[in-house]
Amino acid sequence: MPTYQLHINGSARAVSAEAETPLLTILRHELGLSGPRFGCGQGECGACRVLVGDQSMPSCDTPVWAVEGKAVTTVEGLGSEAGPHPLQAAFLEAQAMQCGYCVSGIIITAAALLKRVPRPSEVEVREALDRNLCRCGAHNRMVRAILRASEEMAA
Amino acid sequence: MNAPSAPPLPKSLQANPQLGQWLKILPDGEVHVCVGKVEIGQGIATALLQMAADALEVDAGRIRMVQPSTAYSPDEGVTSGSLSIQDCGRSIRHVCAEARELFRQEAAQRLGTEPDDLILDDGTIIGPGNARTSYWELAQDVPLDRPATPGERAVRRRHASGREDLARIDIADKIFGRPHFIHDLRPADMLHGRAVHPLRLGSRRSGTEDLAAIAGAGVQVFEDGAFIGLLSDDELKVEQAAARLREKITWQGGAPLPKEAELPDWLRAQPVDPVVETRGEASAQPAARTLSRSFLKPYIAHASMAPSCALALWPQDEGETRLRVWTHSQGIYNLRADLAVVFDLPLDAVVVEHVEGAGCYGHNPADDVALDAALLARGCPGRTVRAQWSREDEMSCGPFGPAMRVDLDVDLDAEGEIAGWRHTIWSNGHSMRPGRAKQSTLRAAAEMEGGAPCPIAINMPAATGGGADRNSMPLYVFPDTRITNNRLMVMPIRTSSMRALGAFANVFAIESMMDEVAREKGEDAVAFRLRHLKDPRAVKVVEEAARLVNWPAGNGLESGGRGFAFARYKNTGAYCAVVADIVCEEEVRVERLTITVDVGEVINRDGVLNQVEGGAIQATSWALKEAVRFDRDGILSRGWESYPILRFSEVPAVDIHIIERPDLPPMGAGEASQGPAGAAIANAVFDAIGVRMTQYPITRENLIAAMELGL
Repeated sequence: MPTYQLHINGSARAVSAEAETPLLTILRHELGLSGPRFGCGQGECGACRVLVGDQSMPSCDTPVWAVEGKAVTTVEGLGSEAGPHPLQAAFLEAQAMQCGYCVSGIIITAAALLKRVPRPSEVEVREALDRNLCRCGAHNRMVRAILRASEEMAA
Repeated sequence: MNAPSAPPLPKSLQANPQLGQWLKILPDGEVHVCVGKVEIGQGIATALLQMAADALEVDAGRIRMVQPSTAYSPDEGVTSGSLSIQDCGRSIRHVCAEARELFRQEAAQRLGTEPDDLILDDGTIIGPGNARTSYWELAQDVPLDRPATPGERAVRRRHASGREDLARIDIADKIFGRPHFIHDLRPADMLHGRAVHPLRLGSRRSGTEDLAAIAGAGVQVFEDGAFIGLLSDDELKVEQAAARLREKITWQGGAPLPKEAELPDWLRAQPVDPVVETRGEASAQPAARTLSRSFLKPYIAHASMAPSCALALWPQDEGETRLRVWTHSQGIYNLRADLAVVFDLPLDAVVVEHVEGAGCYGHNPADDVALDAALLARGCPGRTVRAQWSREDEMSCGPFGPAMRVDLDVDLDAEGEIAGWRHTIWSNGHSMRPGRAKQSTLRAAAEMEGGAPCPIAINMPAATGGGADRNSMPLYVFPDTRITNNRLMVMPIRTSSMRALGAFANVFAIESMMDEVAREKGEDAVAFRLRHLKDPRAVKVVEEAARLVNWPAGNGLESGGRGFAFARYKNTGAYCAVVADIVCEEEVRVERLTITVDVGEVINRDGVLNQVEGGAIQATSWALKEAVRFDRDGILSRGWESYPILRFSEVPAVDIHIIERPDLPPMGAGEASQGPAGAAIANAVFDAIGVRMTQYPITRENLIAAMELGL
């Protein structure tokens, strides 16, 4: 099996895996992360999204070879309870979820959006999140939290 | 003179009367609260913790909610029907308040004073002259292994409605990506299991495929009847092997599904077990005319964000526990009962523990996958097997919310007033939960060699909220009302409880018809409803919703429409009115839902808002987009492309107003808004384009079909 040099949440990690192994499998099984979550395995629901560079990508259908040498950031890498990312702080403050299974992927997509568009409109936030599904109906809370975080970051 | 009798104990406490089953006060200053209701993404653990903290008068941070398990938790049946606050919350409040008073009495004796002279401060008990003791000091001497006694014990609401809502206890884990869900459990030496389920119930493998060869090296194959299971220590390998087998295995026989296009006629044509309920007297006058409509709600998928997952272990030692299962099921005791049936074990030999899964909206495949895990683990005692369904199976092999046909025939007198109301339902039962029948209802139980066919879904009795008939009896007062609930006696598509049960279709039918009759009479739709409502809480909710949107003013949107609907969930639960503002162009877009709700006492305001809003948004998704697709051979909607749900850019603004009732018993909030939200959208469509939608989902195709029919 080939070995890949990965950069996960700021750390260099070498993993041996078949080239087509999904990045999600590596993150959850090899590296013991639990933030990226399996939802569909087809890149359709967004629960597994991670940042590859500054882009939000579904890790369930991204093969490991495609991210070699690129910076991969999961929700764990955005921030911690001691030092939360403004999005994480805003989601906490707004209690922006119901079950929360979708929430790490949504925070990741929002982080990518705010890198690209620091002060998005509500419509832009919603459009950016259209590839992330939420089944519980907590959408509006999450949109408000993202807008709040963008204000905080701009301040 | 007799003292007024104390109110009876809350329901869950009657069934589990020992205080110590619910509450443990530890000498180290910690409080353990043990309940049988489970967290399914609705935030209930936080609301229950808050009720316990208030009643015990301790800081919420001291309380740990114990993971529910059949080994020690009170048996509270299923976490369903919006009953957790009513049944469990009120029990916890009672237990904690009674325990608090027991500690107060013990402290009074110790400190040589009267109980009323003591002050409680976060578990510290302070008497005159600053004499002190505490729950923790007295923990060994105040036995809680005693039954609860009826009686009212005051509870001070420190977290009263308003800004002091306790923050959700589960949210930080999820925001920082910490392990929390059942999917994150990784016991050492775990094996990964997958099952390959046939598409039709009752089919058997027809081909002679070499399963082991298809599965490949490193994957073990188990075949038992039509149950085909795979095991490996490598999750990716077993996942890929299952995908190959799903593609290659050929099946034969089994129950053919109905034709989707003929669903209304099919429902009408099946053998049924009818139940009739009537209210009022038939009029002596013949009806001047009868207004008739036939409504349809398709099968709806739970479509949880996570595929169902379970872990199982057959311990190697000779202890009493033969099988351990970890599940996100809504009913750990029910699941235990079915596992005991399948494996022919005494109940006590099976221990089922709850671990949180993704949001759950009813009886989804959580229970089914637990049997898969147990079957696969049986072959490897001492090793934990983690089974997980594929997204495809999650969307197609679990129970669905049943399709419902509702025919309404409304007799009008010469003045256009309602003289008779006949509501006729054709639907599969809304309960196929495990633990209620002699045979297991779990999918694999019928697939195993010699397994009995899956019992046909039933409806729970009307006294507990009913099933297909839920909310079929209008809260409106009519002279002569007749409900016929035809439960189908065949079940080619497995059906069971899904959020709101029959209320989603019944409220759609009732509220559409109320709208239509009012319009025919030339009367305002809200005024017409108010004229038929006698319950002052219902009147208040309706009036307040109308006032908030300045009804009967329209919303001023181009191609816009505004619709109204109301229901009291189960006719015994929360009251909810919804005004829908929509735009109807190529397709229907819901711009805003304005909602009023009365849940009695509000336990956790943010929780109520979240549940009512989530319910309304999910109902918008059901009403606009969702239908399980199928043909004779099986379910066709097997993923998010073929079973689309509402996306972020399609979600309406939601504006919720809570009617304050601090002195009335608290009620659940999670299922109040679905019925009225869907019906208000349908009524708004009529307002916008004059087309009466009688079929969900209100897609472009169904709109065009309704226009062509001239509805």
